[in-house]
Amino acid sequence: MITLNHYLLLSAMLFCIGLYGALAKKNAIAILISIELMLNAVNINLVAFTKYLTPGVFTGQIFAIFVIVVAACEVAIGLAIIVAIYRNRTTTIVENLDWLKW
Amino acid sequence: MDLELIVFWLLSFITLGSALSVVFLTNIVHSALALIMTFLGVAGIYLTLQADFIAAVQVLVYAGAVSILIVFGIMLITRGSGNMQETNLFGKYKYTAAIVVTFLFGVIVYFLIQTPWSIATGTLPENTVSGIAHLLLSDYVIAFELAAILLTVSMIGAIVIAKEVKNFK
Repeated sequence: MITLNHYLLLSAMLFCIGLYGALAKKNAIAILISIELMLNAVNINLVAFTKYLTPGVFTGQIFAIFVIVVAACEVAIGLAIIVAIYRNRTTTIVENLDWLKW
Repeated sequence: MDLELIVFWLLSFITLGSALSVVFLTNIVHSALALIMTFLGVAGIYLTLQADFIAAVQVLVYAGAVSILIVFGIMLITRGSGNMQETNLFGKYKYTAAIVVTFLFGVIVYFLIQTPWSIATGTLPENTVSGIAHLLLSDYVIAFELAAILLTVSMIGAIVIAKEVKNFK
C-alpha cells in the first residue's frame, strides 16, 4: 500500500538533488536544469496532496499546471539571458560572471 | 507486495537515478538527456497518482518543449570550446552545498514524520480533465488569463534579450 509519505519522501529527495545541483554546479545551464528538477519535486507534492488530502477538489492539480506554465517561461527567459551573457563574455561559468564584484 | 507498489518503486528508482546522473555527469549533453528521463519518470509518478491530465502536460511541455529548448541553448553556448567532456563540472562550493542539502533533507524528513496528515477517505473521479476545466474557467479564470499574458510577455522578452537590440540613434 502506497501512502502519502512515499510520495513526499520521493519529492524531498528530488528537491534535495536539484538544490545540490543548483548550489554546486559551475555551468549556468546546469543550474537552470537543476531548478527544473526542484520545480518538478514541488509538482509531485501538489498532485499527491490532491489525491490523498482533498480528493474531489482539484486545486492542487491547478496549482501544478500554473507551476508548469511559470517554469516554461522561466526556462525561455533564462536561456535568453545566458545566450546574451555568452555573447558578451564568451563564458557561462558563473564564477567568472563577476561584474558586481569590485 | 501488490503491483501498485512495484510500479511506484520502479518509477521512483528511474526518476531519482536519472536525477542523480543529471547532477553528477560531467558532459552537459548527457545531463540534458538524463533530464528527459527524469521528466518521463515524473510523468509516470503522476499517472500512479491518477492525474492523467498533468501527466500529459508534463510529457508535452517538459519532455517535449523544455528539454528541446535546453538542448538548443547548449548548442548555442558551447560552440567554441570543442571539448564536451568537462562542460558540467562542480564549482568551489561543492562540499558546503553537500552539508547544506543534507541538513535540509534531515529537516524535511523530520517534519514529514512529525506531521499528522488527515488522510481523506474519498477517491478521485475517473476523469480529472472536466473538473480541472470547470475550475480553470470559473474560480481561477483571472489567473488563467494572466498565465496567457505571462507566456506572451516572456516569449517576446526572450526574443528581445537573445536578439541583442542595437541602440537606435
